[in-house]
Amino acid sequence: MLQMTGVQKTYRTELVETNALRDMTVSVNDGEFVAVTGSSGSGKTTFLNIAGLLESFEHGTYQLDGENVSRLNDDERSTYRNQKIGFIFQSFNLIPDLNLFENVDVPLRYRRLSKSDRKQRIEHALETVGLASRMKHVPAQLSGGQQQRVAIARALAGNPKILLADEPTGNLDSTMAHQVLDLLEEIHADGTTIVMVTHDQDLAKRAERNIHLLDGCVAEEEFIEPLAATA
Amino acid sequence: MFSYNVKLALKSMRRNLILTALMIAAIGVGIGISMTTMTVYYMMNGNPIPDKSDVLFAITMDSWSPLRPFNDDKPERAPHQLTFHDAERLLALGEGKRQTAMFESSLIIEPVNEDELPFEAGARVASSDFFTMFNVPFIYGSGWDKSADAAAEPVVVLTKQLNERLFGGENSVGKQLIMQGTYFQVAGVIDTWEPTPRFYDPINGAFQEINEMFIPYSLTLPLELQSAGSDWGWKAEDITSFEQWLNSESSWVQYFVELESPRDREAYVAHLDAYVGEQKLLGRFERPMNNNVYNVMEWMDYHEVVANDSKVLVGLSFLFLTVCLLSTIALLLTKFVGKKSETSLRRALGASRKVIFNQQLVEVAVIGCVGGLIGLLLATAGLKGIQVLYEAPDGLVSLDWVMVMTAIGLAVVSSMIAGLYPAWRVCKIPPAAQLKTQ
Repeated sequence: MLQMTGVQKTYRTELVETNALRDMTVSVNDGEFVAVTGSSGSGKTTFLNIAGLLESFEHGTYQLDGENVSRLNDDERSTYRNQKIGFIFQSFNLIPDLNLFENVDVPLRYRRLSKSDRKQRIEHALETVGLASRMKHVPAQLSGGQQQRVAIARALAGNPKILLADEPTGNLDSTMAHQVLDLLEEIHADGTTIVMVTHDQDLAKRAERNIHLLDGCVAEEEFIEPLAATA
Repeated sequence: MFSYNVKLALKSMRRNLILTALMIAAIGVGIGISMTTMTVYYMMNGNPIPDKSDVLFAITMDSWSPLRPFNDDKPERAPHQLTFHDAERLLALGEGKRQTAMFESSLIIEPVNEDELPFEAGARVASSDFFTMFNVPFIYGSGWDKSADAAAEPVVVLTKQLNERLFGGENSVGKQLIMQGTYFQVAGVIDTWEPTPRFYDPINGAFQEINEMFIPYSLTLPLELQSAGSDWGWKAEDITSFEQWLNSESSWVQYFVELESPRDREAYVAHLDAYVGEQKLLGRFERPMNNNVYNVMEWMDYHEVVANDSKVLVGLSFLFLTVCLLSTIALLLTKFVGKKSETSLRRALGASRKVIFNQQLVEVAVIGCVGGLIGLLLATAGLKGIQVLYEAPDGLVSLDWVMVMTAIGLAVVSSMIAGLYPAWRVCKIPPAAQLKTQ
């Protein structure tokens, strides 16, 4: 599903040059649930931004869903993001004056789907996260956990090939965090590939594989036994 | 996508009402002021008779003093009006397709109803061709014919307003009214006719209302009709009778000719030269030959119907609009940068730079449209103020549909131009950084 080979990303200012990713080679298979961990500044978010086609890189190649996406123009990258990638952010990133229906509708609008098709997808996505009855509410009327579930519904509505989650539970208390993780596991169980960046080792253990980054490189990869099997 | 963008624009405008109100006010004031001056300019500068303005010609002939020109500042100019006897001769020669000699006068009308007091009404004393030449519309009857000119028949054409006053607005053709002790028969009643500027007589006021009635030029002598318009003379003449005045060198008659095509003007000037050549042999027209014809728009320029001040004012008002738009650019930058998080999110979710750019421009266009409507209200108030200040006739300075559409179009286009840079700036913001820091 995702194959990065020798990817290098450097941030430059007038005074400083920072190598965020150095010769990074990562592969994520179809249907896999991968956690990416590492300390602050290890390159987790840069990796996720490049994986989500939000940032470009200097060297290396990147293949997504079997296609080389290393040097796409802005229109092509936008189309890829819209049709193949779902994003979940730490701070939910919902638009405050749009109701839940309209928030989930945002990516679908850019896909130029019919009104009935969009409505069907939105209702299904909100049902999946258990918020179908509140689709006319605005984000401020929801708890943090509910807002993150709306963000997940927004990511799911477009039937993405891969879901990229950046600290999806970072702003939630432990109860809500586990609810969100349960939801991600359900989505994964339905066959969606998930890459989740987290600094929380306990959460990372709920993935199938943990890629640990250090100074912009893959320092360690660990396959995790399913909890049921270890019990 | 357009309707979605309009919906987003309305939501975005509600999000920060103060900023939105400031932008709308800036555009509204700019549009209001520029449309006020532009409307005045447009009304002054408009072609009052577009389908014939290039075949209708005002005539000047230099019968002025041999010692000095008619206009010291513009010595090349001949008097704007003709003497009565020159106008009579040109009418008699009848060289053009149609022609009219004319002047302003006023007559006392004695109402048929004896309970009403006599009143004075402005009249245009003109030839029968006047109505056909100038496309005058009629609701009842028509102008008089050439036989009425020849026989100096006391006939009259009324405006709708005067017909309303005299005959209650009914068809008055064939009815009579008494003026100067003479019974006049109504030949026709004209419909609303408001040529702006009043091209056939800018000398006595390009923005005056039209005269209340029209009577034959050939009645001048029998009724001893006096000119109520401008009258210029250079020669000390011993005038003791009306006939002597008609034969004097005083210039008070305006003359228009309609030619078959604009190409015929050279031939008509040659005709005038031939006439003046004859007169020179009689000891008149002592100045160098200087006969001219001016089509309608040239005649408006000649009389500077659009004052230079108006042009400067239009320029200044557009400069002010530019300042308003620069303020709008600053406000838009503040507004758009304030939504960079949402923009970054939309980029992440699949909106290309082009889509975001279009979304911002639609928002600017909606703001411009509302600003344009506010501007229209301000322009209407401004024009009303000008009308009151200069005591202009009703409807002279008002917004027609062309100006309304121009105002909205100008507001939308200029605000979109103002929005180009802020929209471009917000498109260039890298989305990744904003998503993490939200």
